[in-house]
Amino acid sequence: MATLKIGDPVIPFMLPGVDDKEHSLTDYAGAEVLAVIFSCNHCPYVLAWEDRMIQIQADYMDKGVRFVAINSNDVSKYPADSFPNMKRHAAEKDFNFPYLFDESQEIPAAYGATRTPEVFLFDKSRVLQYHGAIDDHYDNPNAVKKQYLRDALDAVLSGKTPTVQETPPVGCTIKWK
Amino acid sequence: MDIQFLYYEDCPSHDEALERLKEVLNEEGVQAEIEIIKVETERQAQELKFIGSPTILIEGQDIVPVPPDSRYYLSCRVYQLEDGRFSPLPSREMIRAGILSNLRMKS
Repeated sequence: MATLKIGDPVIPFMLPGVDDKEHSLTDYAGAEVLAVIFSCNHCPYVLAWEDRMIQIQADYMDKGVRFVAINSNDVSKYPADSFPNMKRHAAEKDFNFPYLFDESQEIPAAYGATRTPEVFLFDKSRVLQYHGAIDDHYDNPNAVKKQYLRDALDAVLSGKTPTVQETPPVGCTIKWK
Repeated sequence: MDIQFLYYEDCPSHDEALERLKEVLNEEGVQAEIEIIKVETERQAQELKFIGSPTILIEGQDIVPVPPDSRYYLSCRVYQLEDGRFSPLPSREMIRAGILSNLRMKS
């Protein structure tokens, strides 16, 4: 389970992105809603969900929602998750969100993240309002019945508490050093 | 038919993959014992030439061709489905193709 609990404030970060810039939490101060998503290149669950992540970001961009993806896997054991491969992957998929690299693994440890993908959704005050999976079907987007992330975004953007605030994240384990 | 089902506990889809394998075997009328192997260490992954979870071997042959430069390690496996999407699970058709290919070789 996450170290961060629903209702907790966001934990700041400053990490390099695939655009070769440093990204900090304050860069997203203007966002209505911020979703920090722990992710990586190689995990099949991420690969299965990625197009949905991109679509959700696109759908909610004009409403002031910003996604930030963070890869923190041990690249010595999982070289597919290296920073150069992150750049390649982000370009191939034309990510519409920053993709950051946490070599130290401090950020997922602080958040209590365990899986990829794993969503931490913060409202305008940067209080955690939803944590967990993107939806209820990792394998088949046509079989999704519960749009956890979309529903949480709709609620938070309306100033309401999401009906479902926590779901078990489903995916590969974060590859710790 | 000699079937091995290899999995890594940290990848959550292995139960569903095993169910899928059993269902397809049943649909094809194939009676087979499935040897279930839990891969727990990197050394075991190397020894078993385990490229990720889940892996289904029929008579020692992977149901999906394995690239020659594949790494052996404790990881979740990526399958590319017939429609081009990526999945942590082999499709029913991949499993079926592996079974039928083996049956054809035997006949």
